[in-house]
Amino acid sequence: MVLVALILCAALLAIVPIAIATGRSPSGRIIVYGASLVATTALVLIALGSLFAPPSTVTLPLGLPWLGAHFRLDALSAFFLAVVNLGGAAASLYAIGYGAHETAPLRVLPFYPAFLAGMSLVVLADDAFSFLVSWEFMSLTSWALVMAHHRVADNARAGYIYLIMASAGTAALILTFGLLAGPEGAYTFAQMRAAYPEFGAAVVLLALVGAGSKAGLVPLHVWLPLAHPAAPSHVSALMSSVMTKVAVYGFVRIAFDLAGEPAWWWSIVVLTLAGITTVMGVLYALMQHDLKRLLAYHTVENIGIIFIGIGLALAFKAHGMAAAAALALTAGLLHVFNHSLFKSLLFFGAGAVLNATGERDMEHLGGLIHRMPQTAFVFLVGCAAISALPPLNGFVSEWLTFQAILLSPQLPSWGLKLIVPAVGALLALSAALAAACFVKAFGVTFLGRPRMPAAERAHETDRFSLAAMGFLAALCLVAGIVPGIFMDALAPAVTSLVGQRLPIQTGVEWLSIVPIAESRSSYNGLLVFLFMIISGTLAASAIHRLASDRLRRAPPWDCGYPDPSPATQYTADSFAQPIRRVFGTVVFRACEHGEMPPPGDTSPARLTVTMRDLVWDTLYAPLASGVGAAADRLNHLQFLTIRQFLSLVFAALIILLLVLAIWP
Amino acid sequence: MALILDLAVQGAQMLLVLLLAPLLTGLTRKVKAHLLRRQGPPLLQPYRDLVRLMRKEVVLAENASWLFRVIPYLVFAATWVAASLVPTFGTGLLFSWSADLIAIIALLASARFYLALAGLDVGTSFGGIGSSREVMIASLAEPAMVMIVFTLALIAGSTQLSTMAAYLISGEAGLRVSLGLALIALIIVAIAENARIPVDNPATHLELTMVHEAMVLEYSGRHLALIDLAASLKLLLYVSLIACLFTPWGMAAPGTGVAALVLGVVSYLGKLAAGGILLALFETSIAKMRVFRVPEFLGAALMLGLLATLLRFVSGSL
Repeated sequence: MVLVALILCAALLAIVPIAIATGRSPSGRIIVYGASLVATTALVLIALGSLFAPPSTVTLPLGLPWLGAHFRLDALSAFFLAVVNLGGAAASLYAIGYGAHETAPLRVLPFYPAFLAGMSLVVLADDAFSFLVSWEFMSLTSWALVMAHHRVADNARAGYIYLIMASAGTAALILTFGLLAGPEGAYTFAQMRAAYPEFGAAVVLLALVGAGSKAGLVPLHVWLPLAHPAAPSHVSALMSSVMTKVAVYGFVRIAFDLAGEPAWWWSIVVLTLAGITTVMGVLYALMQHDLKRLLAYHTVENIGIIFIGIGLALAFKAHGMAAAAALALTAGLLHVFNHSLFKSLLFFGAGAVLNATGERDMEHLGGLIHRMPQTAFVFLVGCAAISALPPLNGFVSEWLTFQAILLSPQLPSWGLKLIVPAVGALLALSAALAAACFVKAFGVTFLGRPRMPAAERAHETDRFSLAAMGFLAALCLVAGIVPGIFMDALAPAVTSLVGQRLPIQTGVEWLSIVPIAESRSSYNGLLVFLFMIISGTLAASAIHRLASDRLRRAPPWDCGYPDPSPATQYTADSFAQPIRRVFGTVVFRACEHGEMPPPGDTSPARLTVTMRDLVWDTLYAPLASGVGAAADRLNHLQFLTIRQFLSLVFAALIILLLVLAIWP
Repeated sequence: MALILDLAVQGAQMLLVLLLAPLLTGLTRKVKAHLLRRQGPPLLQPYRDLVRLMRKEVVLAENASWLFRVIPYLVFAATWVAASLVPTFGTGLLFSWSADLIAIIALLASARFYLALAGLDVGTSFGGIGSSREVMIASLAEPAMVMIVFTLALIAGSTQLSTMAAYLISGEAGLRVSLGLALIALIIVAIAENARIPVDNPATHLELTMVHEAMVLEYSGRHLALIDLAASLKLLLYVSLIACLFTPWGMAAPGTGVAALVLGVVSYLGKLAAGGILLALFETSIAKMRVFRVPEFLGAALMLGLLATLLRFVSGSL
């Protein structure tokens, strides 16, 4: 199976020259995205077929001559391969239509299939060398896609920061694998698994930095909200919904599979970072008024939710509670899948809006539900799903995470006993704030009255885009009402990592899900969905038949003061103002400064809001200035005489020899 | 046969909450009026209002979208389903396992999500003010509620309301500090969620103090009737929730006879009346807060909930 998957990845790479050759013509777009669609769909099918199959491996004579390139398709790889390529297939379908508006197709088309192949290769790699090469390939191709519109203001800066953060992350991963491989250079994952890891803690912390910087864990998230929106929308969707998941894969693979038995305190680090990430991510998202940037920040929140599940699983595993670990890991992995669905959907919707209006700024939009009704509907489904509203899929994974948190008082260590309730509170807080965030995103963009002429002239998007979004929206509903099937599909991967699985869900009557025991908790998305549909239609038909179904259109009431100007509507910023006032004064040091003209003066009053990004100001700005200052100092080294250069080299040699001599 | 009986009991519960909800609202209004030395509207006035609203034609704002017309039904459906999943007169009803307490809260959250969208749909400033304040209040009330659920779930070992109620009836829980903290937090959350004084005023017509009423300002006719009914249902839900968790006595266990069910209904009616009267007493004895005092009020609930959960994590007996 793994060989077929590799051939399909090679096929994706083979699209690259075709893209270069045909990229200028409109048919080139259809060929490239159509071929990518076919290849990724085939990869999804292979991944689904391998979910329950035994692992298959292959060694190719590529890469390092004494190592070869090892690839392996086991349950965990298969799950992530399915997620990656499902997202890839949806994005390719969407791009057949969306790509028509691309101004620089040659900057997008060749890199797109390469990016898809890179992500698939990361999850298939079975030795450190192939993993890192694929990882860098994925980073660089996505960087090229971020820079597709490099003349747009800020995109170059986004690409620059992305490149630096990606290199830093890879450096951490190189050290991770160096520690895992040990002095003998056991670079295949099979050897690492067999060896007893000496520096397990360092390995996991470095992996957390390496994978976390790609996934967007706070405080390593700074590049993400800049880079993801800068790319074309279908690539933004892939980066946000899929590439971050590849990073999650990297962490899960290293922490659960390669790093040996976990120590209990690793999970404290993971859980603390994850809890902070969830709340910070959603608060940042709430403060945005650029639709795509809002979505990108919201990815940070969801990565936090995923890492809460993973961190809990680590904690349970360290204490030998396999059943609870299985629940927590299932919750985390299910959220990986769910988030890949609705985040792609939402980015596609944002892309459709961008195409129709040329605007990403929500303050210029409004009333699009009248002109783009179908896009509005699927976007609403995505908003409801990401806000964890039943009966859609986001709720299921959050519910499972809550259930996992409720098992944690049995953990014996005190540190965890204190941190887990706090993480639970942060998760609950972020769930409520996420709903607020998407009321804002949907309400300001699609509802109300158009704020600018561009929003008035909007038109419905093309059929391919609608098909891709409709497909994802349908999957969101299906994964919400019959989650048992998806949880069972995760069972082999979970078993291979924590040694146990959840009870079989598909056999439970009425298609409920029962993670532990029915007396403890159960949820039935299907019944909740049916009850809502039945009671809603019952109410509608009863009222229409027995009471009144008359309707009259009239000007809005607005307490008797309707204002014809759309400028009197609530904007994205004013909508978030109460939340900014409650949370932002602490988190962002938000400060409102009102300027009133003196009495008698008719000039307008002004309100200025200042906010600080504390992560950037306290961590990155000093780091950047430190690096700059050091570079200035070291600049002198370039202007030494030959004597000084030679003595410098000599001194370095002596010091290195001394280190070797003293090193035990 | 047993299945039909179970279905009948479940159906009876759905109808019971629907029929009783306006009565509870009426009772609260009546008691409040009496406390203010007014005559007050008759007890059945909310029913009359609903019937009249339903018969009137809908006056829809010119630029209202299809979503604006669907939302009342969505809100009503989500609230009704949530309200009928809370045990009222008996535990362990046929579908009680289909959604646990977390799911019930999420159903209420979805009702609020859609209602907040409706506030933004027509594009008026009052709708926006209502929606934006509503989500601010919810962003604190919801996590507080989740922490309360955590506390109760850790005491009873389940998030199923029926199991929780059964455990609390059995008396094994006893008196605990965490239960007390959870009760206070739950009352604060219930007040905020139902837009009651001191958080919001359900009877206000002073625009700038409104939250819930500002959101639904553009609704009329049958749409408004459904939203009012959903609000009554939500009040009933929270009273039932507090009754079911903190005064679970008298509820019929699954499979008990008709006599137990009758006793359950009677005790439930008593609890509802007590809840309504206490709410009216509380509302008349306190003044409405400024909007930006509300976060402190709800923050207290969140902290109490977190404290109660922490107590449960560090000790099995608190």
